[in-house]
Amino acid sequence: MSDKKLKLGLYWGASCGGCDISTLEIAENILKVIEVADIVLWPCVVDFKYEDVKNYPDGYMDVCLWNGGIRNSETKEIAELIRKKSKVLVAYGACSSFGGIPALANLYTKESIFERAYKTTESTDNPQGILPQTSVKMPEGELHIPEFYGSVYRLNDVVDVDYFMPGCPPTAKQTWSVIQAIVAGKLPPKGSVVGVGDKTVCDECPFEKKTEGVRIERFKRPHLDRPDLTPKPELKNKPQCLLEQGFVCVGSATRSGCEAQCLKANMPCRGCYGPAKDVEDQGSKAAAAIGSLIDTQGNEKRGEEIAAQIVDPVGTFYRFGVSNSLLRRAKI
Amino acid sequence: MKRISIDPVTRLEGHGKIEIFLDDKGDVANAYFQVPELRGFEKFAEGRPVEELPRITSRICGVCPEAHMMAAAKACDAVYGIELPSTAKKLRELQYSAFFLGDHTTHFYALGGPDFVCGPDAPKAERNIVGVIKKVGVEVGGKVIKTRRECHEVAQILGGKPVTPVNAIPGGMSKGLNKEERDRIEKIARDGVEFGKFTLKVFEDIVLKNKAYVDLILSDPYTFPTYYMGLVDANNKVNFYDGKVRVVGPDGKEHCKYQPHEYREFVAEHVEPWTYLKFPYLKKIGWKGFTGGLESGVYQATPLSRLNAADGMATPLAQAEYEKMYKTLGGKPVKHNLAMHWARVIELTYAAERLLQLVTDPEITGPDYRALPTKIPTEGVGIVEAPRGTLTHHYWTDENGIVTKANLIVGTTNNHAPICMSIKKAAQGVIKAGKPVTDALLNMVEMSFRSYDPCYGCATHSLPGEMPLEVTVYDKDRNVLHKLTR
Repeated sequence: MSDKKLKLGLYWGASCGGCDISTLEIAENILKVIEVADIVLWPCVVDFKYEDVKNYPDGYMDVCLWNGGIRNSETKEIAELIRKKSKVLVAYGACSSFGGIPALANLYTKESIFERAYKTTESTDNPQGILPQTSVKMPEGELHIPEFYGSVYRLNDVVDVDYFMPGCPPTAKQTWSVIQAIVAGKLPPKGSVVGVGDKTVCDECPFEKKTEGVRIERFKRPHLDRPDLTPKPELKNKPQCLLEQGFVCVGSATRSGCEAQCLKANMPCRGCYGPAKDVEDQGSKAAAAIGSLIDTQGNEKRGEEIAAQIVDPVGTFYRFGVSNSLLRRAKI
Repeated sequence: MKRISIDPVTRLEGHGKIEIFLDDKGDVANAYFQVPELRGFEKFAEGRPVEELPRITSRICGVCPEAHMMAAAKACDAVYGIELPSTAKKLRELQYSAFFLGDHTTHFYALGGPDFVCGPDAPKAERNIVGVIKKVGVEVGGKVIKTRRECHEVAQILGGKPVTPVNAIPGGMSKGLNKEERDRIEKIARDGVEFGKFTLKVFEDIVLKNKAYVDLILSDPYTFPTYYMGLVDANNKVNFYDGKVRVVGPDGKEHCKYQPHEYREFVAEHVEPWTYLKFPYLKKIGWKGFTGGLESGVYQATPLSRLNAADGMATPLAQAEYEKMYKTLGGKPVKHNLAMHWARVIELTYAAERLLQLVTDPEITGPDYRALPTKIPTEGVGIVEAPRGTLTHHYWTDENGIVTKANLIVGTTNNHAPICMSIKKAAQGVIKAGKPVTDALLNMVEMSFRSYDPCYGCATHSLPGEMPLEVTVYDKDRNVLHKLTR
């Protein structure tokens, strides 16, 4: 490292703010960051001006962590600007890496989203059918708002991304480990997924697979059945795997790194850490893994009937990754 | 006509923009607050299993995910017609109290408080959390970080994840509380109550003992009569998690008091073409445009409006401070928006006291932390108070519990019209014909806006916080006369 302090930036696109809150969760460590780095862009904590960023020389920021997907024209323009001003751009969190929860909107058309939000919602009173317009002439002058795109995109759909750091949100522990790697100048090769483990969520899970002879006869929903939480001596004193108990869980197709937090609250994994290493399509991998456990008894029809008990397979297997999936959006 | 653009999070952010138009004399003709984002949760909730909505809608806002999780879970309870076991209900309120304590701490010390603690005209570089720490001492920064961290710890103990917990399900919670965890949370709650007392003292010493600040709170640009909304318990005391929604008028009289499932009789939403965010209003009065007072359906749903809509607080320290606030500010309802910070500190203290009450309740470690649904799911409404206003989730499902429709009225959205109007009023108070527009404009206008703690994570998606402003003053021919940034 040179003697010059690092210049770090954090920015949000179409996200919920949870990534920023999670970054703040590094708590006291934030003071250590400030010792070795200048934060030159972090709207919720540090003052900065648009003109400043525009006037930064290209590549001024050593590293910028970007959270949130691309939902409208303005976010895309800002992503392009920040790409130019950053030496290293990290897609931070599930939304920028895979589209995240907002990308579930890709299962619907822009028109139907507007129709619901502004016309048919039961509390909306809009007899004239007014919809937001990118440009509106008011008596005092013209007002503008950005164009809402037909789909939610990943950050790397609009600019070149150097690293991907999944999670909804990434854990504070992983964030701190990545910041330390940045500060030490020890980032892996471009294109790597950072702040994760090498295995799957199952590897960190407080439940244990029995594996042998396990077949699913009925799929269960988390609120309609109680999971068996009794520790089993034959399972290293852990309760049996929730998927083996019939609760749909995508942990086996999902990257480790989160410490299986949801499972610690007895809830199955929904895949926010993205596809496991070497898995291209998280949803099809999860579907295949779950499908292989179905107790077909050699009868295809029986297998199909049991599989049909899985409610909302697309919204479950691709909960955080519609933009990242092979389908990208529903063909409508 | 002159035009002033205040791009709060700047063009760069694009999550909120203020446009102020001057008339030919140079007085404020009109002001628009525009929200440029939409994500469409109401649409893509369709087709999802209803029990997943607490985990999906918590991603509406990473600042108040618990609010959406709890409103969603309550809507799910209603969809299935489940009565929650007592332990389940108490666990939910316990977790929610810890969340409120942490959230109000963040706002008071890091976001809204600096204006008062450091002073509205303090140099920009000091008007932030660092300036607060300088003024009140380094150990305070430690206390704030500790309180925030411990509130997230409660979320993690119960809900697995500190930021977006996953444990609220139809019928209760996915996990109970064991004795060891209970003991830890009791410690956190006791420290929280002490932190509440400390914060009341900070507010007393720095704000109330300074006549200039009290005068500012009482000043005209920040006085804004509307209807006031908030959730109340059976005794009309403020409650964040459960109860009926009560609305009082600027005259202090009760306008209505409704059960969650009745919300559509009392609230409707207006659409304007120049913003992606809708404008809720009181249906029985009607949408009369951007105007306040008794004749307009515009209402506020904020910490102050919750206190105005209630008859008091259910815990002793908070109740004492509640009485003091109304005594100091001239009775109910308080119409001074900057008193929102005082109301928030009172609520912070209540949250800590309530957390302690619940964690020391013998039922809290009980085994009945969930009930299984027995009825066919149909339709249900769940309402909680988010820190930034009354939050309503309404779901319809098929007989298999798959969502067919969803309707959401979220915290900050309630306040969209009042925010627009407050900005206009503050701007009118500062910008006068013939007087140059100065940096004071920025903070005066921003203070009126910031008192709402607007969370466009909820309404759109950006964080509340210290927003860089960009103000451009144009003449009639759109030549730039002044350009101010900070």
